[in-house]
Amino acid sequence: MNGLSFHRLWAVVLKEFIQMKRDRVTFGMMVGIPLMQLMMFGFAINSDPRHLPTAVHLADTGPFARTLVQALRTSDYFQIVHEAESEADTQRLLQLGEVQFVINIPVDFTRRLLRGERPTVLIEADASDPAATGPALNAVAQLADTVFNRDLPGPLAPLQAQNGPVDFRIHAHYNPENITQYNVVPGLMGVVLTMTMVVITALAITRERERGTMENLLATPVRPFEVMVGKILPYIVVGYIQVSLILVAARFIFHVPMLGSLPLLYAVALLFIAANLAVGITFSTLAKNQLQAVQMAFFFFLPSILLSGFMFPFRGMPEWAQAVGSCLPNTHFLRIVRGILLKGNGPTEIIPELWPLLLFLGVAMTIGVKRYRQTLD
Amino acid sequence: MSASDFAIDVTGITKRFGDKTVVDAIALRVRRGEIYGFLGPNGSGKTTFIRMLCGLLTPDAGSGTCLGYDVRTQQADIKRNVGYMTQKFSYYEDLSIRENLDFVARIYQIPDRRAAVQRSLERLGLAKRSHQLAGQLSGGWKQRLALAACLLHSPKLLLLDEPTAGVDPKARREFWEEIHQLAAEGLTVLITTHYMDEAERCHRLAYLAYGRLLAGGTLAEVLAAAKLFTWSVAGPELRALAAALRGRPGVEQVTAFGNTLHVSGRDAAGLDATVAALRDSRHEWKRIPAGLEDVFIGLMDSAKDNFA
Ligand SMILES: Nc1ncnc2c1ncn2[C@@H]1O[C@H](COP(=O)(O)OP(=O)(O)OP(=O)(O)O)[C@@H](O)[C@H]1O
Ligand SMILES: [Mg+2]
Repeated sequence: MNGLSFHRLWAVVLKEFIQMKRDRVTFGMMVGIPLMQLMMFGFAINSDPRHLPTAVHLADTGPFARTLVQALRTSDYFQIVHEAESEADTQRLLQLGEVQFVINIPVDFTRRLLRGERPTVLIEADASDPAATGPALNAVAQLADTVFNRDLPGPLAPLQAQNGPVDFRIHAHYNPENITQYNVVPGLMGVVLTMTMVVITALAITRERERGTMENLLATPVRPFEVMVGKILPYIVVGYIQVSLILVAARFIFHVPMLGSLPLLYAVALLFIAANLAVGITFSTLAKNQLQAVQMAFFFFLPSILLSGFMFPFRGMPEWAQAVGSCLPNTHFLRIVRGILLKGNGPTEIIPELWPLLLFLGVAMTIGVKRYRQTLD
Repeated sequence: MSASDFAIDVTGITKRFGDKTVVDAIALRVRRGEIYGFLGPNGSGKTTFIRMLCGLLTPDAGSGTCLGYDVRTQQADIKRNVGYMTQKFSYYEDLSIRENLDFVARIYQIPDRRAAVQRSLERLGLAKRSHQLAGQLSGGWKQRLALAACLLHSPKLLLLDEPTAGVDPKARREFWEEIHQLAAEGLTVLITTHYMDEAERCHRLAYLAYGRLLAGGTLAEVLAAAKLFTWSVAGPELRALAAALRGRPGVEQVTAFGNTLHVSGRDAAGLDATVAALRDSRHEWKRIPAGLEDVFIGLMDSAKDNFA
């Protein structure tokens, strides 16, 4: 009687299956989440990013300079998107994050190359994400030996000195020592906020409905707007505490440089927190119970870490994945935070990342409020 | 009688969920200061009707007023003046009694909140437990908390949805004392219940089945309108007797009550003839006045034939 009963065990198994079948959302997620992971890990993520946007600053237009640029282009790592006019121009492109590299070919490049003086080619890299720049810079080192093999035949062959005819100098901006933490710790801010803000708001409202307290609340004179904002405000405080914790850790444990304005960072964080809370509210109007709410939050969280440029270089992903990533608020928030902390970006430099964030907030808020009102009747 | 004498005055109230009509053209008038009992089988639409009264649901059809406010357009005013106690306990289980009351008092913007909460705690005998979490309370105490909370803003109308389900007899009696006291002070109470003894404590009753109002009025009126005749029989082998009675002319209900059977029907002559035919020396037959339960079950059975 008291031993293990297969029949009793089977009764529980059957019941679980029936419940699983009833909960459509959970069932969908059980299929959807592995599929999404498969897509992201299988196709989107690439730890050897190629075709990185590059600007060239050509002060010398001789044939050797052209060959060099062509060689860089065919290496697959560099995609030349800009021919910069001036030094100031190149600095701006790097700062805005529009290009990952700037290649500077000096005025007397061809002349000095022919004289065997090993002219210097300066490659400036936005090294705030070392994972994105590392492989490309390694490729440059190999390129140096072979680039002029064909152009320097016969009598010019001696120019192929032991360490190559050209001296590639690499200048890693914003993170010269390639310290991964400089990139990860500021990025963590967006990830932590996404995780807690979306889950907590989705749960807070679903819980109210699941436990039946919503009915009571709606029978009182309290307005839907008051309920919603009242529920959000405490979590904005929580979000700010999280931001501050990460900043303190970044400063004192990881010694992340903080070049930009912290008040600006806090102001942008408000926007980002609000965007995530709006997502949470939208989920809470869709979810029938707390389990579903958590699953939906997870569904949002997964691409927010994998496709946002937090874990893997954004530019290493295929176009479609970059498009998906660009729709996520975390992608833009990450760039803003890294820009402010590592590059010292100010209000004007962050505008290109700010408006997508605002747009997202507007859309999510509208859907959330609309759906929230509908659930009253 | 002028319109303002009614706390609730609605007609034609209808609610559909999908293609199912859950509340079907209900008209109801409840006088101020009255305790109005709302009865009906499970799923008859009592809760749905109450939700429409207090502005939680919008009726698909029908009109009327609640405390003089239009049920379709002035839901905000209604909410301010109505105390609604939900069928399922719906206060915060992870808040203490006092915190729950404080929350409600703040929502209703009650002046001098602390004093109001304290008074309410004392009035309902919750003062000593005020720091206990609501989730740890037994059913009876949860019900007291819910009542205290919905009385906090001094509503003019109380809508109580099965407030005494699962509450012990003594607590129920105390609860009803309280309700009568409140009604004496001028509060109108609409209360749903499945208990017949509670129904008899109401000033007036309505009986709902399949979303329709089947009977209404005072206890005496409801009983009289039902025109139900009942015999009580005591003796041996009641089960066999009950089986023999069922289906005979005039017999609509045969119900066992401990050591007696109640046999009732609306056709007095037919019932009397059947009883005369089955009468024997071993059983003691008595005519008794029809009970409310018999009346309601009779109503429900005939409603089933008509609508279901
Ligand atoms: N939101 C809803 N959506 C669909 N159907 C509903 C909804 N709410 C209630 N119903 C249905 O309406 C009918 C009436 O329900 P209601 O809760 O009003 O009955 P009730 O008289 O309060 O029953 P009980 O005595 O069991 O509390 C039931 O059949 C129920 O299934
Ligand atoms: Mg009900």
